Amino acid sequence: MIPLSHYLVVSAVLFAIGTAGVFLRRNLITILLSIEIMLNAVNLSFIAFGRQQGNFDGQIIVFFVMTVAAAEAAVGLAIVISLYRHRESLNPDAFALLKW
Amino acid sequence: MLETLTFWGLSGLAILASALVIGQRNPMYSVMMLIASFGALAGLYIQLDAPFVAVAQIIIYAGAIMVLFLFVVMLLNAPQEDAAEWDRTHPLRQPGIMRFGGMLAVLLVLQLTWALLRVNGIDVPVGAEGDSEALGSVRTLGRILFTEYVFAFEATSILILVAMVGAVLLARREGDR
Repeated sequence: MIPLSHYLVVSAVLFAIGTAGVFLRRNLITILLSIEIMLNAVNLSFIAFGRQQGNFDGQIIVFFVMTVAAAEAAVGLAIVISLYRHRESLNPDAFALLKW
Repeated sequence: MLETLTFWGLSGLAILASALVIGQRNPMYSVMMLIASFGALAGLYIQLDAPFVAVAQIIIYAGAIMVLFLFVVMLLNAPQEDAAEWDRTHPLRQPGIMRFGGMLAVLLVLQLTWALLRVNGIDVPVGAEGDSEALGSVRTLGRILFTEYVFAFEATSILILVAMVGAVLLARREGDR
């Protein structure tokens, strides 16, 4: 039997990797991927907590998180495509203006 | 014993693949590594008696969302980050606050570790409570989803609809009617 704390540590490490990706990388696609890593880290702790409590609530909320992640990916990638058309660049520093 | 080995193998794979997602410059490889990471996480979900979520993870995440990412990477012809230009212009790379983001991430790890060390009652084994047979039942999961959480479920469908309209509207070329 694996203690709950092990799952929480793995989840924390994954979340930190995702945060580091958002801070360090200068590529819009990689930043979106890092956000997916963070969402998955949280999903892992939800499932672990749900299993530890012995009910279905953890699985249900992960199901909803996945749906929201799908919507987020679709809209985020559409924004990336639209930005790339304007500037021919994926570097977020190229998009410093609100209007052009 | 086998359970422990599987846990360490899968979580090691997930962490390694996630580190590689942000550790190299080609977005194509990043997406591939993220798919590997999601596969490992699906294994962990199976170990936690959540087979439905594990399958949904593979189908929705590794299947649908990551293929969408791959499409966009290929559509934009995967421009890699220009290392030299990046080092010169990136605000976080200026002397003084160099590696600022990395420092913040390390700080987050320390904070989370501190929080995990101080909280009580998380050293309980995960599988102790509840019947693992019953918790893995997709039938019960579906019943709960469509009774107790039916409002949230229906709200999600509106969210998906709005996201779909938004994505089409945003990705549309200007001037197209």
